[in-house]
Amino acid sequence: MKALRRHLDKIKPHFQKGAKFGMFHSTFDAFETFLFVPDKVTSKGSHIRDFIELKRTMTVVILALMPAMLFGMWNVGYQHSLMIGELWTLWQNFWFGFLKVLPIIIVSYGVGLSIEFAFAQSRGHDVNEGFLVTGLLIPLIMPVNVPLWMVAIATAFSVIIGKEVFGGTGMNVFNPALLARAFLFFAYPSHMSGDKVWIAISEGDKVIDGFSGATPLANAAAHQMDKIPSIYDMFMGFIPGSIGETSTLAILIGAAILIFTGIGNWKIMLSTVIGGLTAGYLFNIFAVNPYMEVPAWHHLLMGGFAFGAVFMATDPVTAAQTDKGKWIYGFLVGFMALLVRVLNPAYPEGMMLSILLMNAFAPLIDYYVVDANIRKRLKRAKKVAKS
Amino acid sequence: MPKVIKIKKGLNIPLKGLAEKVLMRADMAETYAVKPADFPGLTPKLNVQVGDKVKAGNPLFHDKYRPEITFNSPVSGEVIEVRRGDRRVIEEVVVKADESISYEQFEASNPTQQNRDQVIDLLLKSGAWPYIRQRPYGIIANPADKPKAIFISCFDTAPLAADMDFIVNGEQESFQAGIDALKRLTDGEIHLGLNADFPASTVFGKVKGVQTHLFTGPHPAGNVGVQIHHIDPINKGEIVWVVNPSDVIIIGRLFLKGIYDASKVIALAGSDVIKPRYYRLISGTRIDSIIKDNLVKTENEHRIISGNVLTGTMVEKIGFLGFYDNMVTVIPEGKHHEFFGWMAPGLNKFSASRTFLAKLIPGRKYNLDTNINGGKRAYVLTGQYEKVLPMDIYPVHLIKAILANDIDKMEQLGIYEVVEEDFALCEYVCTSKIEVQEILRNGIESMIKELS
Repeated sequence: MKALRRHLDKIKPHFQKGAKFGMFHSTFDAFETFLFVPDKVTSKGSHIRDFIELKRTMTVVILALMPAMLFGMWNVGYQHSLMIGELWTLWQNFWFGFLKVLPIIIVSYGVGLSIEFAFAQSRGHDVNEGFLVTGLLIPLIMPVNVPLWMVAIATAFSVIIGKEVFGGTGMNVFNPALLARAFLFFAYPSHMSGDKVWIAISEGDKVIDGFSGATPLANAAAHQMDKIPSIYDMFMGFIPGSIGETSTLAILIGAAILIFTGIGNWKIMLSTVIGGLTAGYLFNIFAVNPYMEVPAWHHLLMGGFAFGAVFMATDPVTAAQTDKGKWIYGFLVGFMALLVRVLNPAYPEGMMLSILLMNAFAPLIDYYVVDANIRKRLKRAKKVAKS
Repeated sequence: MPKVIKIKKGLNIPLKGLAEKVLMRADMAETYAVKPADFPGLTPKLNVQVGDKVKAGNPLFHDKYRPEITFNSPVSGEVIEVRRGDRRVIEEVVVKADESISYEQFEASNPTQQNRDQVIDLLLKSGAWPYIRQRPYGIIANPADKPKAIFISCFDTAPLAADMDFIVNGEQESFQAGIDALKRLTDGEIHLGLNADFPASTVFGKVKGVQTHLFTGPHPAGNVGVQIHHIDPINKGEIVWVVNPSDVIIIGRLFLKGIYDASKVIALAGSDVIKPRYYRLISGTRIDSIIKDNLVKTENEHRIISGNVLTGTMVEKIGFLGFYDNMVTVIPEGKHHEFFGWMAPGLNKFSASRTFLAKLIPGRKYNLDTNINGGKRAYVLTGQYEKVLPMDIYPVHLIKAILANDIDKMEQLGIYEVVEEDFALCEYVCTSKIEVQEILRNGIESMIKELS
């Protein structure tokens, strides 16, 4: 470690502004700070600072995503084995899924980080850590059969149009990972929905009779209520679906990590669930078709609801920023998700659209919350002026 | 039972090196200084030149725009240096002290028998006026104003802060005289904020003519700004004044004895101090007189701070105690790289977040250094500031309004109610390492500029 540090200190001058490799200043800095916490000390304001930093924060989120990712890899293999009618061991399932998912993750990080570095370089900024999480979120919300080139352009779209045009991490309006999925959903609809995309399939695979590969949401949308998997299967995640989204259990473990560390906002998670349940019960009461009769809480287990509530709606940059605003924002995310799901025939998955929609409204929600605070202060001042 | 105001939001930072309640007499320092930088927004004009002889209580410099406000020498001696910084700004006016102090004699008087103008006159003449600060803005009060109330916080919750009960011990008479003098300055109340968790000392408990309020909770419950916010918040157009308890005593002495006796008790604390203790000394003292031979010998450099670790000013070893400060803190400098430090489990890393294992060990004290622990980023996380600011204010929105230089928004979002110390914890916990206190002061400065 000391040798590494010495080496870094030796080559560092070459990367300063104006030196031979000065143009790669940000890149060098990113690697250096990855290896070593910088030796910068405070000069103004508080002399001591909390140990928390953005790298740490992002690491926690990645840690929270691990259960969903690992389960997702296993499930890819498991679903495949079901499809071809073979009984595989746990490791066979996992290895199969690992080999299917890893390229998607590599492409997502590869494309995204290259763009991030290039932008940081051209702006002379530090490289932001935001993409560390986005880069893993993108693969986890993709169908496993998505072509890698699509992952690449979707990632590029989300980083450039979704984030960098707004000024980079912290400035974006929409959740970049969801933008990637929305982009593919609208650009290549056939690859993002239907029965053929959720199971890893390659040429030559024999599909056993009667295997549909439909997700519970697709079943429900088609009013095939008898085909919806059992609650147990849906909770555990033994169902087709996006790579990381199927297991509510794995997502709950992630939620526990996020809530315990305080990195994920429990208010948003809870209010999203409340919003979803509210809409669900309203449907139950006024049910006119089988889909509306689906018990409200089943919706929490289906599709991307849990994943969206825990990992997407809570994105601090694109969610509402005030405490009250978070409650409202989360509630509406959950509520709208079910509205889109159940009432709209075109989009089986409402969570993605609902969160993106509320991303657009989050600043408005905050505006009214802050405005209420401003009014309170004005009222107080007026009362004093009168007396 | 009086009502106790419970502060829920905030954070106590458990640092090593709390001062032991032992009072030491500090040797008289060779030199003393008054530093214009201690007074935000001040444009100083010199009254003396190098080589002049002064007595304690003679003016060294004054406010260019309010010449009646003077800043007087705390000791008698010879002005030996006027240290200037960038663009010839006066940084320190240094006085080499005589062996025994001779005081400029003012007229001792009983403040209860004086009228407001007489009290103000004496405070201004003697150089004690700058101890009175106003909110909004946290600047020296304007003698022409009449505040709606005066607030005094009688406890300090900042990390390693001096115990106020201890530092005012035995000064009951002076404290009462100081309160009597302040009483002449306002038609409103004098509010004392007391710590509800301990019985008030005799000095604070027996004082007459004040309203007391009890507070409990983590830092910043002891900040006078937080107390004002909960007792009687500042609205647009209103002015309140604040004074430190130890400065009330200095004011009291002025009336009792007719001299500007700026001696006070301060705490020397921090993990780099061998024997953290209390010292009786004179305001503006050169700090090395109390820290020499009392610092831990390490490879690390020391960070010497006049004030506490959240809001104090960095000073050199041969630097001087700040005007309003009642403590000196010494902690290690953090100029070191840590291999994969951001990934480490962090058993010895105190954090407001629960992302370090240290959070699982309660009651532990930490030795924190001055490393920033990360790089500066845009705002990503939300809700962090709100957790440590017990006020009905949206801190991030206020900071952003300041960055956008939007005067109206700053006013609407409550800039009148806060000064740097109230936002210090926000700065401490900030994941994005944003320099909140500096931004806030810039905002306050543009408010003053735009509205005057």
